[in-house]
Formats: sequence, structure tokens, C-alpha cells
Amino acid sequence: MTDLSLSKGDADAAALEQASEARAAHGAGVAYADGEDHDHTLTNTGISNPKLAMWVFLGSECLLFGGLISTFLLYKRNNLAGGPTPQELYDIELTSISSFVLLMSSLTMVLAVSAIQRGEHQRLRLWLVTTAILGAVFISGQVYEFQVFVKEGMGFTTNSASSAFFALTGFHGVHVTLGIVMLLSAVMMSLRGRIPQARAEAVEIVGLYWHFVDVVWVLIFTIVYLIP
Amino acid sequence: MTTTSPETISAGGPLALPSGEETRRNPLGVFARPTATEGWRSWITTVDHKRIGIMYGVSSIFFLVIGGIEALLIRAQLAAPDGQVLSADAYNQVFTMHGTTMIFLAVMPLGAAFMNYLIPLQIGARDVAFPRLNALSFWVFLGGGIVLNSSWLLGGGADGGWFNYAPNNGVTYSPSRGIDFWNMGLMLTGIASLVGAINLITTCLNMRAPGMKLFRMPVFTWMSLVTQFLLLFAIPVLTAAQFLLMFDRLFGARFFDVDAGADPLLWEHLFWIFGHPEVYIMILPAFGIISEIIPVFSRKPIFGYPFMVFSGIAIGFMGWGVWAHHMFASGIGPLSVAAFSVSTMFIAVPTGVKIFNWLATMWGGRLRFSAPMLYSVGLVTMFTIGGLSGVTHAVAAADTQQTDTYYIVAHFHYVLFGGALFGFIGGWYFWWPKVFGHYLNDRVGKVNFWILLVGFNLTFGPMHILGLQGMPRRTYTYRDGYGFNLWNMVSTIGAFIIAVSFLIFFWNIVRSYRAHKANPVAMPADPWDSRSLEWSIPSPTPPHNFDISPTVHRLDDFWHRKYQENAQGKLVRVATSEEIAQKGDATGVHLPSPSYWPLVISVGLPLVAWGLIFSLWLCLPGGLLVVAGIYGWVLEPATEPGDHHGHEDHGPTTTDDAGDAEATADAPAEEAAPVD
Ligand code: HEM
Ligand SMILES: [Cu+2]
Repeated sequence: MTDLSLSKGDADAAALEQASEARAAHGAGVAYADGEDHDHTLTNTGISNPKLAMWVFLGSECLLFGGLISTFLLYKRNNLAGGPTPQELYDIELTSISSFVLLMSSLTMVLAVSAIQRGEHQRLRLWLVTTAILGAVFISGQVYEFQVFVKEGMGFTTNSASSAFFALTGFHGVHVTLGIVMLLSAVMMSLRGRIPQARAEAVEIVGLYWHFVDVVWVLIFTIVYLIP
Repeated sequence: MTTTSPETISAGGPLALPSGEETRRNPLGVFARPTATEGWRSWITTVDHKRIGIMYGVSSIFFLVIGGIEALLIRAQLAAPDGQVLSADAYNQVFTMHGTTMIFLAVMPLGAAFMNYLIPLQIGARDVAFPRLNALSFWVFLGGGIVLNSSWLLGGGADGGWFNYAPNNGVTYSPSRGIDFWNMGLMLTGIASLVGAINLITTCLNMRAPGMKLFRMPVFTWMSLVTQFLLLFAIPVLTAAQFLLMFDRLFGARFFDVDAGADPLLWEHLFWIFGHPEVYIMILPAFGIISEIIPVFSRKPIFGYPFMVFSGIAIGFMGWGVWAHHMFASGIGPLSVAAFSVSTMFIAVPTGVKIFNWLATMWGGRLRFSAPMLYSVGLVTMFTIGGLSGVTHAVAAADTQQTDTYYIVAHFHYVLFGGALFGFIGGWYFWWPKVFGHYLNDRVGKVNFWILLVGFNLTFGPMHILGLQGMPRRTYTYRDGYGFNLWNMVSTIGAFIIAVSFLIFFWNIVRSYRAHKANPVAMPADPWDSRSLEWSIPSPTPPHNFDISPTVHRLDDFWHRKYQENAQGKLVRVATSEEIAQKGDATGVHLPSPSYWPLVISVGLPLVAWGLIFSLWLCLPGGLLVVAGIYGWVLEPATEPGDHHGHEDHGPTTTDDAGDAEATADAPAEEAAPVD
């Protein structure tokens, strides 16, 4: 019950002591140009709020993709309304290449994060832009593929299989596109000096999202393209 | 502690601006944060979890009234054979909208109202993890409710039942736009729930006061946490299904087009994988509420706290394995039926554990039957009745007889109304003094309770009989001579008695408020002699919640500071709640500034929804508002204009006792600052 009798002053002194201890323990306390101290990890879990929130959000995304993947599995051969099914039209080589490109973008994303953690702003921007370009190549591949499919007579509304295919891959494509927007915004912010080394975590969080989208693509690629 | 002390822990998030400098450099003055603390502007820009909780409460009661009026229309139509109140078509719309409104716009957000208000207080935090996201979640919810109900003015409501089975939900069988409104409106409330879930999960996991270990959180907060996880994983499944439905209805896709060989069971599976956890999403917060009320009014600790928590977690997990018990009559095959029948029986076990724990808490306690306690006991009894009839549905053979009859309607109203809603009303009586600084009249509350209880049982009790007699649900009328007349009349009379009891409740609000205005009496911090942290701070709660972040040493810490064992092992009072209250001057406390952007984004979203239904042109301004809102949000300075260093300090915190090694091991005893 001692803390009950703590006077205000004691409590403050104790809080301050605790604060400096906690900071030492976290090895943080990176000095800022403006002399401020920005340490975001003082939470119960040790993970910052935004990062934890991103993890939680990605958890729910799994279920969204899960619903769409199940739908695809159910309908993948269903062309009772006529028209070809996706399997009949795939160009595995093209998709393999664009999948490879997307996977590489995870690598460049890792490089971007480690660059900012070391405080190398120039590199950060370089790798962010590279990641965005790789993502854009993937999206172009997808747009090209979609357009070929439509030409060959398989549109979104042709049959259940085509609807399921376009919904699943298109939904993933929208995710990649949003990721690209996030990457480019990060570049802009970095240019305006708003991503100092102490905020490396912001880039890390974008990275989490990006890796998630990549991993999901590996799953989709396997399920949609590789499994006969 | 002064704001400029170099020792203070900073609180900027990754998107917050590094310093006040940036604020001044910002070329666009519009991004200055609003500062109003009074008047209507302060409400539409607020990011305070308590105000958001209140707004959630007010809007859900508004929707509860709409849903109630729809219920009365249904009962008026069914009062006597060959009813003429509603046409068959209107009837379909009214019961569909009634179910949808009650579930998504009344009961779920009522849970959110309690959670938003109480979670930060119960874990000793200044706010939720992301205050602006919290505001966004509320406004998007409201937008969804408006889109859904706008259907009444724009061509009629949805008419496929609250689950809108395929292929009835397709344009072929439901050519009006009602289902589009249903689809869009619920996608919006889904976004709101998801955002809320992310926020509250982060809050519970990250923002606890020093020493507030997970297994020291009050049961209400625990049940809310489980609920948020259920939302997190259930809502996306519904959203996926709704995407597909939207593509079908608006863009001609073939997901539920049976002519094209689509499988209608796809919708049922996706819907019920969401839908079964949904029933726990509705009931768990109410369980949490009465788990707070019953110990206080029995003057005993909750019996078997770990069992309470683990049964809640178990319900959360098991809720995922039983969805197909809603599909016994859909032709899913004998093996599936058997499997889901058994798994459903098992889920009754943790629920039973809860009921026995409440009874054990009351057992031998010094019971006080004030209004909150009456409603809690009402919940236990009514929910038990509903639970028992639920077990009879789990027996697949019985279910094939009961399904789609009024027996089911009786069952889920005992669970959702007798369960969830009774708990929420009890919660209103219990926390009203904390929120508004005056009591609701207890005597009126008791009268209110008994009238509600009688009306409730008159309404829904006879539905069991009607159901077993074979009266189908979702059928707009019945003929004379089937033997349905008497009990339908009783049921309708009961429904109007329920309406009267609600009128009494609303009158109680007005009356108590007036009485308080005329004769203001200061509300004590702890009027019921309660156990959890929210009662250690003044009523009504000050904007900054805690002058000093509390330090927690055990479960029910607040209570144990008031009562300690004497030499004979008897609990004796050692302190009043006033003595315990940790008072500071709270001058160093900085709260997140209000913001317009959540509202801007939330105005854009319904426009997009209406645009998808009527004309894609409307999506343009809607989309622009959303994008502008996000842009403004991200660039918004973290502090109010002129407050140079304000975002650094979130008030003093106390440290833990050095001796309490347990607590220090668990929590890095420092308050996490809201970053958003
Ligand atoms: C005044 C109180 C209420 C009355 C008199 C009432 C009455 C009814 C009736 C008669 C039906 C059956 C409609 C039909 O199948 O033809 C119904 C359906 C339903 N009610 Fe209520 N109800 C009340 C409150 C509630 C509450 C609090 C909830 C909470 C969630 C709720 C949820 C539902 C649902 C989900 C349906 C199914 C709708 C559908 O089949 O689409 N009701 N209600
Ligand atoms: Cu169920």
C-alpha cells in the first residue's frame, strides 16, 4: 500500500526514474535533430501500437483472402454458363516471371528497411522506389494477362470460374496497388525529411504489409496456377 | 511535471510530426487541428473514447427504436389471422430490416458503446491506442446505418431475411434495390467493426497500466477482448461474401447465379462462418457486463475468475467449429450434420460453466436487488431458457422439425433479447452514474424491469408453442382454424407491453435528469462500492480519466485497497474510495486533439455506397472525400495549433512497488501513449 501514500512529488520522481530505466532497457532514445527523444516501444508487449495494429489487421486479411480462395476452389472448373475456364488459358511462364519479380520486391523491401535503420536516407529512397517498380511490373503483368483472357473470351461475367478467378487475383492486385501507393508516399515523406532514422518503424510497417501481400501471392499462385 | 521536461517520454507515432516546427511550415492552414471542447463541433470532432462511447450508445438506442417499431409492425400484422396491416411484400421487408437493424445497428454497437467507454478506464489507460481511428469507426458505423435505412426512402428495404440466402438475394428473386442497400450498409458497418477491433485489441494488449497483467483485467474487458478477436476474424468472411454478392448484383458476376451452375451453399457457408461467431459477438459483452454487476451486488468476488476468462476464450475458439448447425436443413449430408450436431453440444459446456459461476458468486452473498442486479439475474434466467432450447436445435433430428418455425424465433429472442439486451440495460443502470454523474431512478428501474420481464415472456414464451404447432416463420399471415390464434394474440399483447416498458425507461432518463438538474447532488466516485478501476476516479469521468496512472497489484485491486483481512481473517473496510483515489493536479496531462478527418472520410463512404447502387458518378465526390480525408489525416499535425511541444507529455505515471516483482516483470511500467 505504500504507493498510496506517495506524494505527488514522489510519484513524479519515481516515474522519471522508471522512464530513464525503461529507455536504457530498450536501448532506444535515439537523439533527434531537434533534440527530442522519440521512443515508441514503451508498451505492455514491447511492440509499438502501430506495428501491433498492422499485425492484427493482417490477421483479418487472412480471412478475407481465405473466403475468396475457398470460392475459387469451389468454382474453378465451373463453366456451365459457357466459355473457357482460367486453367485453359493460363500462360504459366508469364505468370511465373511476374511472380518472381514480386518475390524479389520483398528482398528490396528488406533492404529499404535496413537502410533506414542505419540512417541511410538516399538508399532508403532507392530501395523503396525499386520495390514500387517491381510491384508495378507485377501489376502490369496482371493487367496484360487479364486483357489477354478477355480477348480469348473469358471475361469477369463469363462463368462462375472466371468470376472467381478475377475476383481473387484482382483483389490481390488491388492490394499490391495500395502497397505501391504506400511505398511512394513513404518516398515523398522521406524527401520532405519526415522519416528520420528514429522513425524507421514506419517503413518497417509498410514492409510488413508488403511481405504479407507477397506471401499471399505465393499461396494464390500455387493454388490457382500450379495445382491442376 | 512540466510539459517541457526533457525527461518525459515522447508520444509521437510514426506519422506524427517530429516537432512543432513542422506545424508552422505546413502551407495549408486547413490542417490545423480543431480545438473545440464544447458545443456541437466538439462532438463531431471528438476523439475521446468516452464521448465516442456515448455517441455509440445514443445511435444504437435510436436504431433500437426503429427496430422496435418494425417489431411492433410484425406483431400487429400477426395479431389475428388474415392480418391486413402489411402486404406480403412489406412484411418481408419489415422482418428482414427488423432482424438486420437489431443485430447490426442495435445490439452490436451497444456492445461497442460499453467497450469504448469502459475498456480504457478498466485497464487504467488515458485513451484507446488510436483515438482518431476510434472516431472513424463510430462515424462509419453511423454512415452504414444510414445507408441501410435510407432504403425505406429510396425504394424499399431488403427482403431476403437478415441472412439473405442465395439465390433469393440475387436480382432474379429480389429485383428491388433493397438488398443492395443491405449489402452496402453492412459492408460499412463491417469496416467500422474491423477498425474498432484493431483499435481495441491493440489497446487491451498494449495500453494497460503498470501491473495490470492480462489476468488482472476485469471480466468485462476480457469478454470484450474475446469479442474483438471474433469480430476481427468473422467480419472479413462476411465482407468476402458481400463482395461476391455485390459483383453479382451490380456487375453481373456469376457467384450465386444458379442458372450458371453456381452453388447456393457457398453463400450459406460463408454467411454462417460469420454468423455463428456473430451470436457470441452479441452475447459476450453482455456476459462481461453482468460479470461486473453480480459480484458488486453480491458483495463477493466473482467466483472462479480464471474459469470465467477461459470459458470466454473457449467460446471464442469453439464458435468457429459449429457454423453448419444453421444448415441442417440445407442438404449438407448426414456426416456433416452428425459432426456439427456433436460439436454444437460441446459449446454448451463453457456457457454452462459461466452460468454456474454466476450462481456460485451469488451463493451465500449479501444480495442487493437494485435495478442493475435485477437485469443481471434476468439475463441469467432468460438466457438459460434460450440456451436450453438451443441445445434442442443441436439435435439435428429435432431441428429438422423446428427449423423455420416460431420455435426458432422464440429461441433466439430469449438469447438475444433476454440475454444481450437485458445485460445492456443492466449495464445502463449500473454505469449511468459514472457516465452522467447522476443515478437513474432505481424504483422506476425496478418497475421497468418487472414490466419488461412480463412483456418479454408473454411475447416470446408462446412462440415456443406456436413453433411446435408448426407455425412457420417469415410467413406474412396465417389462416383461421389452425389453432394459432390465441397464442399469437398473447404474443402481440406482450410485444406492446415491452414497448411500454421501454417508454418507461426513456421517461426514467428524462425524469432522473430533471431531478438532478433541479437538485444537483455530487455523485460519489464509487456509488455501488464496486471493484474495478473506473470507480476510483470521479463521476462523471474527467476528460483525462486518471490524474495519475494507477498501479495495480492484484485482481480487483481497487476493492482490496478498500477492504483488507483483519487478524480473524474477516474482511474489514480500511479505506473509503475517496481516500484511495490517486489524486494529482493532472496539469501535465495532454490529450489527443480533436479532428475533422474521421468525419470527412465517413461522409465519403456512404456516397460511394449510394454511387455504386445508383450512379457511378456519385462515387466520384465520395471517393474524393475519402482520399482527401486520408490525406488530411496523415498530414494533420499531432497537436493543436500553438501548442509547441504538446504531444510529448501524457501525464505522470507512478511506478510499481519495487517489491512487487510479478507486476514489474509483466509490464514495462510506463504508459503507452496514444499515437494516432
Ligand atoms: C420488441 C421486441 C421484439 C419483438 C416483438 C420481436 C419480434 C420478432 C418477430 C415476430 C420476428 C419473426 C419475423 C418472422 O420470422 O416473420 C422477429 C425476427 C427477428 N428478430 Fe425480433 N423482436 C424483438 C426484438 C428483437 C431483438 C432485441 C433482437 C436482437 C438481436 C431481434 C432479432 C431478430 C432477428 C435476427 C429476427 C429474424 C429476422 C429474419 O428472419 O430475417 N429481435 N422478431
Ligand atoms: Cu450458431
